[in-house]
Amino acid sequence: MANKLVAALTDLGHRVTSALWRLGFASRFLLMILVYSGTSLRRFHLTIREIYFSGVMSLIIILVSGLFVGMVLGLQGYDTLERYGSSSALGVLVALSLVRELGPVVAALLFASRAGSAITAEIGLMKATEQLSAMEMMAVNPIARVVAPRFWAGVLSMPLLAALFSAMGIFGGYLVGVRLIGVDAGSFWSQMQASVDFREDIVNGVIKSIVFGIIISWIAVFEGYDAEPTAEGVSGATTRTVVTSSLAVLAADFILTAFMFRGA
Amino acid sequence: MPSVPSAPNDSLVKVSNLSFAYDRRPVLSGINMEIPRGKVVAIMGASGCGKTTTLRLIGGQIKPTSGEVRVDGQVVHRLNSDALYQLRRRMGMLFQFGALFTDMSVFDNVAFQMREHTDFPEELINDLVLMKLHAVGLRGAHELMPSELSGGMARRVALARAIALDPMLMMYDEPFAGLDPISLAIVGELIRKLNDALGASSIIVTHDVQESLKIVDYVYFVSAGKVVAEGTPDEIKASKAEYVHQFVWGEADGAVPFHYPAAQPYGEEIMAHAAEVSNRG
Amino acid sequence: MNRAALDLWVGIFVAIGLGALLFLGLKVGNLTFASTGETYQLHAKFDNIGGLKVRAPVKSAGVVVGRVSEIKFDPVAYVAVVTMQIDKRYRFPRDTFATINTSGLLGEQYVSFEVGGDSVMLKNGDFIKKTQSAVVLEKLISQFLFSNKTAGSGDNAQK
Repeated sequence: MANKLVAALTDLGHRVTSALWRLGFASRFLLMILVYSGTSLRRFHLTIREIYFSGVMSLIIILVSGLFVGMVLGLQGYDTLERYGSSSALGVLVALSLVRELGPVVAALLFASRAGSAITAEIGLMKATEQLSAMEMMAVNPIARVVAPRFWAGVLSMPLLAALFSAMGIFGGYLVGVRLIGVDAGSFWSQMQASVDFREDIVNGVIKSIVFGIIISWIAVFEGYDAEPTAEGVSGATTRTVVTSSLAVLAADFILTAFMFRGA
Repeated sequence: MPSVPSAPNDSLVKVSNLSFAYDRRPVLSGINMEIPRGKVVAIMGASGCGKTTTLRLIGGQIKPTSGEVRVDGQVVHRLNSDALYQLRRRMGMLFQFGALFTDMSVFDNVAFQMREHTDFPEELINDLVLMKLHAVGLRGAHELMPSELSGGMARRVALARAIALDPMLMMYDEPFAGLDPISLAIVGELIRKLNDALGASSIIVTHDVQESLKIVDYVYFVSAGKVVAEGTPDEIKASKAEYVHQFVWGEADGAVPFHYPAAQPYGEEIMAHAAEVSNRG
Repeated sequence: MNRAALDLWVGIFVAIGLGALLFLGLKVGNLTFASTGETYQLHAKFDNIGGLKVRAPVKSAGVVVGRVSEIKFDPVAYVAVVTMQIDKRYRFPRDTFATINTSGLLGEQYVSFEVGGDSVMLKNGDFIKKTQSAVVLEKLISQFLFSNKTAGSGDNAQK
């Protein structure tokens, strides 16, 4: 019995220390990415290539999801607002929910599963097939050549994707609210404009999406670089990227929201 | 490039008293080797005896626990990362399965180092790449992607990529693994020819005795992290040492036992287990 | 995928992404105002601010001319001090009358300026002298109820 307890405690201790060690390693890794970012910025076509793979390839899923989320917001929002006779505030409801929360968060979750997992799988596979070692032996730093461009591509793509998601969502809300249900178009837009503040709502939403972009890209490249160089290792790392970055995005969203929208 | 001037007859690579351990499990314990300039040297041994680790130590990818590796006079693990990268530019390495960059064409794979390390204009790179590919007989395949190549072709492309910047030292990690007899002969011949044409020195890590004995000048046998035998191919073939004999002639049991060491003899373990089962019942 | 096609796609992506940001800024938000930073400060003391919040609009003749930037309690006079950022383009006379109104019966509260006739304009950091507090619904109802018994006190809605 006592032995089992000791074993359980040892196991717990081992898990905690290895988790901490990984966190420390991940932080050092981020630092290294920043130190070796010169190449990805100087030879920007390396980054452009990765923007294509993470940003452009995510466009369809982001645009379609944004449209549907906006249309659902239009339907649900109208249903609720109509009970209080304030259906003209539909535009405000749709725009604020999208710009402040749903745009950055849902786009980030989609980005994590679409692009984040792909980045992890690609880097993990490059490691498993010794491509990263080969690069090192050719005197090319894989962090500068492989990791940093993917990281920056993610960081740059995320705010654009979130903005597209919000814009599509507002368009979807407009389609359902104004075109389908018949809310007055003038009050839909004007109330929206009167209530959505550029600095407080839109800029904060963009800041959120940049932070989410950093979080997802960081986790994705780290999991790939740190993956066991086997098939199971890479698939495990891919799953971890999606799970960890989704949780991290939601947690970061809570913290950012608490700081940003306290007084309002 | 910074290099210590050295006498023409001294060794390009000198491994002295090299030891290495993963965590606390020793992989290499006190290895001594010399790779003379212009020669092809094989490091042989069973799987998992530390051959690949030796290559990684020479390339500076890992640091030794004790001892040192000198390449062209420089102690590899004492170099800072810039100097190490400078040194690696003069090394070429062929990885076990080629390790071609899967997202680039054959041409771009071979051009990779030239584009990364030189300011050569694109026309010159084009000529050089086709020349290197021609040397391995794959000039016609320069537009293919790595996924479209057979194992033997991939190995040859990787070879062309490794010699892209005319290295002074070539390292081959299991260059014969998983090849059909024809590709095997081609790769073996290429290794020898390229070494002589480049005036380079080569290290081959392999457990393919027959093929490598045909092309190498000198052989080191490694077992359990130690050099157990060395000599020219003829000496090795004639060797009476039990381990070498077993290895060269491919016998199932001998100095290397067929059985992995167990804690207690088989009979005892079976009896103990039976006793335990009957006690429980 | 050759490099030109790749560049083109990334170019399209960045362009529509920036377009979406611009759309959010201009069409959805109110980028034209309050983001420019061209504002000046006015203060006003109210006996009761009701449900007024920071960032509530300041309107004159129904047009948004500024936003509430800070609400403090004055521990000496026991009144609320409301600080407002007003758009530089708009100037108001010194005898401007600031009231706290509610848009609709239960809507959000905002500060309304009723412009007076003074020729001297309010400057950055000035206090608006004439203010009227928020209408507190409960008080209004109770006054309405009692006004039937004690006639003549119903006009005092201000306090």
